Amino acid sequence: METRELTDPKGPAKTRNMQGSRGRDGLKSLAVMSLASFALFGCVTVEAPDEPIVIELNVNIRQEVIYRLAEDAGNTIEENADIF
Amino acid sequence: MGDVMMKRLTRAALSGAAFAVALGGVVAPAYAQRDPAYAAARAAGEVGEKMDGYLGIVGAETPELRRIVNDINIKRRSVYSQRAQATNATLEEYALTAGCQAILATVPGEKYQAPDGSWQTRTSAPPMRDSRCP
Repeated sequence: METRELTDPKGPAKTRNMQGSRGRDGLKSLAVMSLASFALFGCVTVEAPDEPIVIELNVNIRQEVIYRLAEDAGNTIEENADIF
Repeated sequence: MGDVMMKRLTRAALSGAAFAVALGGVVAPAYAQRDPAYAAARAAGEVGEKMDGYLGIVGAETPELRRIVNDINIKRRSVYSQRAQATNATLEEYALTAGCQAILATVPGEKYQAPDGSWQTRTSAPPMRDSRCP
């Protein structure tokens, strides 16, 4: 009768750290390094403005709206001269 | 003979009437004048034009000034409200625009509110207005 071995002998189940060829782990660390360097050089510096920030009345009203209404408002003032 | 004369007269009268109507249309309609008390307070610099399109009391408040200012502002608000609706704008947008125009329309000696909130006396120089004013 022929004796059979179950399987071929295997090496360690897992390649230990710092061993083996550059596999997934190597790729991962490379990605982390490149990301870190990108973060280092891609910094955006924000400087405080020299002039004080003036809080204007009704800041939510846009200039184009005022320009659109200007003519109508001018006529309204003329036509209601008693209250202007 | 008399009939022809009559026709001429009628024609002259009709054309005269038409001319009068045309003249009336050309001449600008006389708008209502300011109330004398309001006009006096305005000329004295006791009331001034605010940036928001309404009238404000410049110095010490008196019941009489408060009455004048409230009366004008209630009427203004009503007009602003109607025009804002007609122009598809908000009441605040329309009022602020009218404020730009009202400050521009002040005459030397009258008071208006500068963008920093202070009361200024209008001179012959252009008034200090909000940067968004046209």
